[in-house]
Amino acid sequence: MDFKLTDEQNILKDSVTKFVADRYELESRRGYLREENGFSADNWQQFAELGWLSVPFSEELGGFGGSAVDLMVLMEELGKGLVVEPYLATVLLFGGALAEGTNKELKTSVIPEIIEGNVQGALAFHERDSRFCMHDVATTAEKNANGYVLNGQKTVVYNGMAADKFIVSARTSGARRDESGVSLFIVDASSNGLSRAGFTMMDGQRVANVSLSDVSVSNDQLVSDLDDGLAVLNALSNNALVALAAEAQGAMQVLYESTVEYSKTREQFSVPIGSFQVLQHRMVDMFGACELHRSLLYRAVCSVDEDSANRDPVDVAKNLHALKTSVGRAGKQIGAESIQIHGGMGMTDELAVGHYVKRLMMINTCLGDADYHQRCFAALANA
Amino acid sequence: MDTNFSAEDLAFRQQVEQFYDDNFDDDLVSRLLDRRQFRDAIIEWQQRLFRQGWVAPGWPEEYGGTGWTLTQKFIFEDVRASKGAPDVIPFGLIMVGPVIYTFGNDEQKERFLPRILNSEDWWCQGYSEPGAGSDLAALQTKAERDGDDYVVNGAKIWTTYAQYADWIFCLVRTSNEGKKQEGISFLLIDMKSPGITVNPIPTIDGVHSLNEVQFDNVRVPAANLIGEENKGWTYAKALLQHERTSIAGVGDSKKKLATIREQAGREQSNGAPMIEDPMFSARLAGIEIDLMALEYLELRSLASAADGKGPGTESSLLKLRGTEIRQALDELHMDLAGYYAGTELGEQLASELGHDFADRARNSYMYGRAATIFGGSNEVQRNITAKYVLGL
Repeated sequence: MDFKLTDEQNILKDSVTKFVADRYELESRRGYLREENGFSADNWQQFAELGWLSVPFSEELGGFGGSAVDLMVLMEELGKGLVVEPYLATVLLFGGALAEGTNKELKTSVIPEIIEGNVQGALAFHERDSRFCMHDVATTAEKNANGYVLNGQKTVVYNGMAADKFIVSARTSGARRDESGVSLFIVDASSNGLSRAGFTMMDGQRVANVSLSDVSVSNDQLVSDLDDGLAVLNALSNNALVALAAEAQGAMQVLYESTVEYSKTREQFSVPIGSFQVLQHRMVDMFGACELHRSLLYRAVCSVDEDSANRDPVDVAKNLHALKTSVGRAGKQIGAESIQIHGGMGMTDELAVGHYVKRLMMINTCLGDADYHQRCFAALANA
Repeated sequence: MDTNFSAEDLAFRQQVEQFYDDNFDDDLVSRLLDRRQFRDAIIEWQQRLFRQGWVAPGWPEEYGGTGWTLTQKFIFEDVRASKGAPDVIPFGLIMVGPVIYTFGNDEQKERFLPRILNSEDWWCQGYSEPGAGSDLAALQTKAERDGDDYVVNGAKIWTTYAQYADWIFCLVRTSNEGKKQEGISFLLIDMKSPGITVNPIPTIDGVHSLNEVQFDNVRVPAANLIGEENKGWTYAKALLQHERTSIAGVGDSKKKLATIREQAGREQSNGAPMIEDPMFSARLAGIEIDLMALEYLELRSLASAADGKGPGTESSLLKLRGTEIRQALDELHMDLAGYYAGTELGEQLASELGHDFADRARNSYMYGRAATIFGGSNEVQRNITAKYVLGL
């Protein structure tokens, strides 16, 4: 039993910390968000040069072969910096679908391009009425002589405006909510029949609604086994959930620490407000929520990284559901308390507090919110 | 970063489980649950642990400890809880024993430690007073030097199992000079001394465990003073650290949660088991997630202690969350019992009532209210954390 980082992990952590210190003043971040796609292309090239884009991919695909702990280290520091580059969307969702998929040609051709920083991708898996159920898919893929024809609407596609390529979930058989019958296809953004409309979320990220109207794809654009796309989506969520929870950990840590600092300097009634017991107890609970979330994070990454011989898939799934539940619950508690204890200043756009809170709220809704994961957890625990 | 147990650790777990299978038998369990037989039964259980050499894992080996690693201690505690076995009565083995071997003289060690280890002496704790609860240092029970004795006058309160005790360890005031913490001494007092009166305090759980202990000109040999006069507060603070490291109660809460889940699969509501009730199921899941977090907080604390960094900042948090989770489970257990939850069986049997866990759920809920009060109330824990961790 050991909760220490290796030397390599400490080097990775230091390199992200340095990047954040150099490039992520709040004003710089505002600048990146004003760029066309809502992030900095320069930063993305830095990610590539520093090797971060290769972390989750296997060595045979040119990746770093990183563990869940490696990914956690990287994402926690990005979370502290409130970094806006689409690591989750391109590397973990789009790249994750390729890596977990079964199409070897696509893996060897596209993943190296991701690692080089040459490709932006997006996973188009939300629909208007699907909420968090990844096999509730109304978009259709009809077989024809040359391959498939895609029709449907994909919504709130993360990084959907910058994406050069999409991976789209579409129904190849079965009824709309069947677990079987979902397949994943890779589609160029420039394909005939594909159109997109962009909008901006509260955390500044750019997303798209993507419309597919008779988009033709060939058989070799199939990313998953036919009808078995759900297995790929479930598999890629392991890494993505760890990443989101680690990013949230970084944001919570910054909020908790900056709130305590603020309470030591802000004076009312001629004393620092941090001397008031009612505020002290609330900040102790923020500290507690932060430490307990970290405990679930360590629990989850240790179980994901367990040797395959000892790895218990139900245990891993429970740990991940518990973790994502905590992302929502602890994130909202810490976020709301941070604003409250900062008082009027917490309401201003000028301070970083509100921006961290908004990012935490978006992380909660990504890949299932707290209620969704608590329900999934209960189903597994009671089984 | 990993949480793998070594092959030696896994073998150790098997050894401990085997011991429980051989020694924690049904007859003992039923006597432990019977209030009238509890005292003798718990002493018998502690003596079985003593004969195995496992009654004081926290003590240094030279005084009768086990020499286990922190991981082994964690495993031992985890198995104990999973078997539903009670913790040892803490006052001798967990509380005063460490004070005696750390701050006592050789004569005191020889006199008291063996009788604590083999459970010949039952100890109780004389800290709180009617006027000194969370503000413990305000205590007023006086010990005045008179020749080779101290003469003790005053009253202690909330004294658990004083009615069984042979000895009481007390914080007493030996000086009114300077800060109130600096005039306190640590004194060991024979409960058979003339002038001691034990008054029962009936509590809301319907059980007699708490007492008030009055001291009326009680003569105590000065040889029973631990360490130096007026340094008792320092010794007591060191003891509180011991009290707090295991206070998260993770193992016991895991056991209770598993019991509730099993019972909820049997309790019926509207023709279906309660575990299928969405509200009940969501609450149970929420508590289990909190408990999973607490378990890893404890493991992190153990790992950091093993690195020589001390349990440190997390220990108040372990107490805070551990007791909150325990109370949430008690509340859920009461709710699971429905309208049976109020039952006080007294001399009657659960089989006569027709419900097997309601009485115990009620008892645990009512007694469990104390969890956020004793050992430094949760409000005091938050004050401590605000001061020492947040720097406020």
